Amino acid sequence: MTDLTAKTIAELRDGFRDGDFRAREIAESFNAAVAAAKLLNAYTVETPEDALAAADAADSARVSGDLPSLAGIPLGIKDLFATRGVDTTAGSKILQGFKPRYESTVTANLRKAGAGMLGKLNMDEFAMGSSNETSTYGPVISPWRRKGSNVGLTPGGSSGGSAAAVAAHIAPAATGTDTGGSIRQPAAFAGISGIKPTYGRCSRWGIVAFASSLDQAGPMAKTVRDCAILLEAMAGFDPKDSTSLDLPVPQWEANLSSDLRGKRVGIPKEYRIDGVPADINALWDKGIEWLKDAGATPVEISLPHTKYALPTYYIIAPAEASSNLARYDGVRYGLREEGVKTLDDMYSATRAEGFGDEVKRRIMIGTYVLSAGFYDAYFTKAQRVRALIKQDFAKAFEQCDVILTPTAPSAAFGIGETTDPLAMYLNDVFAVPASLAGLPAMSVPGGLDEQGLPLGLHLIGNELDEQMVLNAGLAIEERAGFTARPEKWW
Amino acid sequence: MADSAAPFRIKGETGDWEVVVGLEVHAQVVSNAKLFSGAATAFGAEPNTQVSLVDAAMPGMLPVPNRECIRQAVRTGMALDAKINKWSRFDRKNYFYADLPQGYQISQLYHPLVGEGEIEILLDEKDEGSARTIGIERIHVEQDAGKLMHDQHPTMSYVDLNRSGVALMEIVSRPDMRSPAEAGAYLRKLRSILRYVGSCDGNMEEGSMRADVNVSVRKPGAELGTRTETKNVNSVRFVMAVVEHEAKRQVELIEGGGSVAQETRLFDPDKGVTRSLRSKEDAHDYRYFPDPDLLPLELDDAFLEDCKASLPELPDDKRKRYENLGITAYNAGVLTAEVETARWFDALLEAGAEAKQGANWVVAELFGALNRRGESIDASPVSPTRAAELLGLVANGTISGTIAKQVFEIMLESGEGATDIVEKQGLKQTSDTGAIDVEIDKVLAANADKVAEYKSGKQQLFGFFVGQTMKAMQGKANPQLVNERLRTKLDS
Repeated sequence: MTDLTAKTIAELRDGFRDGDFRAREIAESFNAAVAAAKLLNAYTVETPEDALAAADAADSARVSGDLPSLAGIPLGIKDLFATRGVDTTAGSKILQGFKPRYESTVTANLRKAGAGMLGKLNMDEFAMGSSNETSTYGPVISPWRRKGSNVGLTPGGSSGGSAAAVAAHIAPAATGTDTGGSIRQPAAFAGISGIKPTYGRCSRWGIVAFASSLDQAGPMAKTVRDCAILLEAMAGFDPKDSTSLDLPVPQWEANLSSDLRGKRVGIPKEYRIDGVPADINALWDKGIEWLKDAGATPVEISLPHTKYALPTYYIIAPAEASSNLARYDGVRYGLREEGVKTLDDMYSATRAEGFGDEVKRRIMIGTYVLSAGFYDAYFTKAQRVRALIKQDFAKAFEQCDVILTPTAPSAAFGIGETTDPLAMYLNDVFAVPASLAGLPAMSVPGGLDEQGLPLGLHLIGNELDEQMVLNAGLAIEERAGFTARPEKWW
Repeated sequence: MADSAAPFRIKGETGDWEVVVGLEVHAQVVSNAKLFSGAATAFGAEPNTQVSLVDAAMPGMLPVPNRECIRQAVRTGMALDAKINKWSRFDRKNYFYADLPQGYQISQLYHPLVGEGEIEILLDEKDEGSARTIGIERIHVEQDAGKLMHDQHPTMSYVDLNRSGVALMEIVSRPDMRSPAEAGAYLRKLRSILRYVGSCDGNMEEGSMRADVNVSVRKPGAELGTRTETKNVNSVRFVMAVVEHEAKRQVELIEGGGSVAQETRLFDPDKGVTRSLRSKEDAHDYRYFPDPDLLPLELDDAFLEDCKASLPELPDDKRKRYENLGITAYNAGVLTAEVETARWFDALLEAGAEAKQGANWVVAELFGALNRRGESIDASPVSPTRAAELLGLVANGTISGTIAKQVFEIMLESGEGATDIVEKQGLKQTSDTGAIDVEIDKVLAANADKVAEYKSGKQQLFGFFVGQTMKAMQGKANPQLVNERLRTKLDS
């Protein structure tokens, strides 16, 4: 029997429809792979019955022939998505044991499309981190290793469990969320594809909030086509989210085309920064050649406010987070520290115990930048810079159709190797500008560095133009011929 | 009686002081659903039965503005002649408390829905000169908090989230009031307008309207003094008491060599005093910032036109209309103060009653009866139609005013119509001059001494003869005829 876990979503979907295998076989293959991969620490909860139930429903429905797009496909779900009756903890101790009575819109959409759930995927606590080390469940270990080394590497973050699961073939694809690179950076580290759509494409309803004006859900998968298939199922207007876009969902998969003739690829000069390893810049150059080969014309563009993006992000995101996370107070659900005298003591004790260091750090930063006397200097100014960054992109897209950059300034690093929070924040230097501008952006694998670790290329599209991003991603995918796989050690 | 036009002054040891008052009124919006969730809003429901996932701030829940709440706030703004901001925005006010599930209140600090407006108040219904204009600075909409219950358990407090997320309008006045009476009149007038508009039920006992009272004192004409803010005062009487007490307390404090601290205070209705809750130094840093879960609120012209078109006739306009119908200023003021009264009176006019006669009757007879019976005008046992019928009988001379009183009493008890009662009890007024003359002659004969007095110039005795004649005819004589016949007989 062929290894079903190696197949793409498109292959599983088509093979199941053609009767090559049953949905139950798919679910069982993945359930077995999940059960055998505990060393990766990718799942926080396993839900094999859920995957089987969806598979059985798909097998029964196949007889009638009218199958929804993801019938028979089991998925890994980032622990940030509320899943009815299944632990939803955002990787935090403060939500230990929290089982929502509701289902997030995105996962409900996936279920409506026939998908099952293999389990909940580990992540940085409240999606704050770039290495998955801030999770209360401990870090996810990347399936990848450096050549000749058995040092444990991070899968990136915050969607580290999602990236590791797809790379290790213990999920055919997974949901991720991206606030400042949390889909794209781990996708790059794990040698897979991942797309963050335009802000508002996917409903945020039922996704544990980190920074509301930035959070977006998106798929992480083996291929660009799989990303298109999944995003179509995840996206859509939701009246329960005021920031949701009231637009029809395009047929991204049907319109996939790697023919980029007549398209212009913007190469932002500000993304050539010091300290980035030579193989990353070399891969970037290769990416330009691949897109030229697909018919596109490279143009140099300028995004002058790029250097302010990271500091701006680290004001806005913590500010919103400091407020969004105020609800975790021990009063209604989640952790509550007992044995204290006053309400204030209960808050302090609960939050001191329930939140990890990185979350506390960002709550403190956010509280500081919003406080009287500092608000204008930090928050108001950051909002202004954010507007300028948006404007940079708007101007750039008068000259080009898509922008190509590296996804991250390094390949995956070792667990425990990056201890300085500021150095950790630098991981998102290329990802954050598109987040601040609310633009669609994607990482696709481009090759391996000299240590044998995957590197990603990053495509940023104009507002609502996910199609252009996916098409350019497909052009790179076809030319990069990225087939490397981590050697199984787990 | 105090001259309402004379300025209110606190007599201090160092001379007269002026009090400066501003009110922030929180008015609960009448709506079936909360401001940002679909949960219901009925008062008095079992604890935690009107709570949605959004109100309980479950992880991942998002607010969606309720159009009806916005509509009500816009209509209120229009009723106060205020500027409606077509572009407004929601901000988060961050603080921790057990009745605040999100850890922030969604409010509007930077860009409120409604801008400047004004309210005209009248300190004395009989004196047009007592009119004052009080400025409205802004109205914004915000979420209410839940409620803590401290009396349910010996060591714990319980949280009821039924009120959590209910829409409030915060109506902020300018510091334009100068006396307890002005503060009282402002609050009454505001309440009246809200109830006319139907945007708030104005029920202060149930907490659907409450005021934060800002008070400072100064020597007349001097710079504004430091103000205190007394929170959550829930009756007109208490608001007036707070102004009175705070003004005196501040004057005594300053004259005693101290100074007023900018602080938040609470009113103790049992003792009639305010006490300090927290000082400026302990004030929360609310860290307001635009709510990233919500887009700016943009109102289009069609929405605004719809709001405008739905406004009822407001108290000031109604009052003018009544006055133009010949109703006295005092009666017009009384009839328009409460929307229920105005509605009842409009129905009375609708049923054909003459305006001036009707107004006098409602203010004197109906109010008297309702007061006596402890009933509200809504529950009046006599309907406007029935009342119009009664007044019609007086107007067309079928019964006299005196008989009308009797008939009205019977109507209150029996619920019967005036015409039926008059018929059955034979109360119809007589215009039979023969019968009237017979009685007049008897009265004059029996009071020959008084007739003589009258004839020698004691004109005021005329009323006595009218009364005696009416009495003799059991009130059923047409008083105009009685007058005529008496004049003829006495003055001839």
